[in-house]
Amino acid sequence: MYTQGLDQARIEADAEPAELERRFQQRIDAEEKIEPKDWMPSAYRRTLVRQIAQHAHSEIVGMLPEGNWITRAPTLQRKLILIAKVQDEGGHGAYLYSAAETLGTSRAELIDQLLSGRAKYSSIFNYPTPTWADIGAIGWLVDGAAIMNQIPLCRCSYGPYSRAMIRICREESFHQRQGYEIMLQLARGTAEQKAMAQAALNRWWWPALMMFGPSDADSKHTAQSVRWKIKRFTNDELRQKFVDFTVPQAKFLGIDVPDPDLRWDDQGGHYRYGEIDWSEFQQVLQGNGPCNRERLAARRAAHEEGRWVREAATAYAAKCQARATGKVA
Amino acid sequence: MTSEDWALFEVFIRARGGLDHKHVGSVHAVDAAMAIEHARDVYTRRQEGVSIWVVRSSEIAASDPGDADALFEPARDKVYRHPTFYQIPDEVETL
Repeated sequence: MYTQGLDQARIEADAEPAELERRFQQRIDAEEKIEPKDWMPSAYRRTLVRQIAQHAHSEIVGMLPEGNWITRAPTLQRKLILIAKVQDEGGHGAYLYSAAETLGTSRAELIDQLLSGRAKYSSIFNYPTPTWADIGAIGWLVDGAAIMNQIPLCRCSYGPYSRAMIRICREESFHQRQGYEIMLQLARGTAEQKAMAQAALNRWWWPALMMFGPSDADSKHTAQSVRWKIKRFTNDELRQKFVDFTVPQAKFLGIDVPDPDLRWDDQGGHYRYGEIDWSEFQQVLQGNGPCNRERLAARRAAHEEGRWVREAATAYAAKCQARATGKVA
Repeated sequence: MTSEDWALFEVFIRARGGLDHKHVGSVHAVDAAMAIEHARDVYTRRQEGVSIWVVRSSEIAASDPGDADALFEPARDKVYRHPTFYQIPDEVETL
């Protein structure tokens, strides 16, 4: 999901004092939460910093595809909703950076990792939003997939991450519902509007399935993360759940899921879906998706263009401080 | 202090009048006034609060988790501090 990058790189386990490690795992098994000052294996800390940071970066970069439509939303109401949603994504990024910082990595360092291209964020935000229907599809599918992934994270063993996720999940439901409502409005509109909804589903379906990360057979870290209760379900389990929830919603809209192999498996009680094009996923992850360069360039520009504001605020605070202590010239 | 490493403030929100302020997370800011503005934008977009406290994270003193046993264990066997410890016949009312 937001941590697809974790599935790619290998995280080495360090030699830790066996006794500490054993007690740590006991606490996890007993469903106790780990808090910032508690002892934890350094690989647990590293995994979490990377996972939470990637999640935070995803929220921040995730503002860009939707921000693209704020000035062109079809009504004032839709514009207000979209601004509120994008503002929420920024807020979610802030909660998550705050959680990552409790593990001892500064926010400046995390942001630097994003801007320098060393950090990963979810592959999904590297796809473009050419029509208004894409805003509907993002809310419905991308936020829908995010919720599927985030609800189990509310029970993550690391306290600050779990608390941030509870806050995020509470806010996320509106995102998905407003997206589905946009799709519904288009699907019930003119033939041209319905075609727009269909084209958006065609664009977002497969990238949304890829959001859950590599299939379990290729996911290197699932087992350890499950043992540490950072992860509660595997990528494939969550992906299947998403498909099962979403296919009936597409049917209700009267638009087709772009998968010729999609079928209901009566015995298994699941929708079976076709082969995912993992080479596309790898390409996007390696920086070669349709918008990777554009997204990073936009984040870098925003950071640079905001520099004078940060500097002015710092200078003003120093001046106020000097005045208060009577040291002003 | 450069603009890249503003101080960290912990944020506490009072959800409604009559409730305690509760820790919700943290923000970076140049000073307390800005920390309150950021906390308002980050933590109260849905009327989650009627009052905000911010305090520099560096000003918080905390107990060491390693001392938890020494600090809190002595209270464990003092069950007589709880009302349920005392056996009172049912006939005795309003006690």
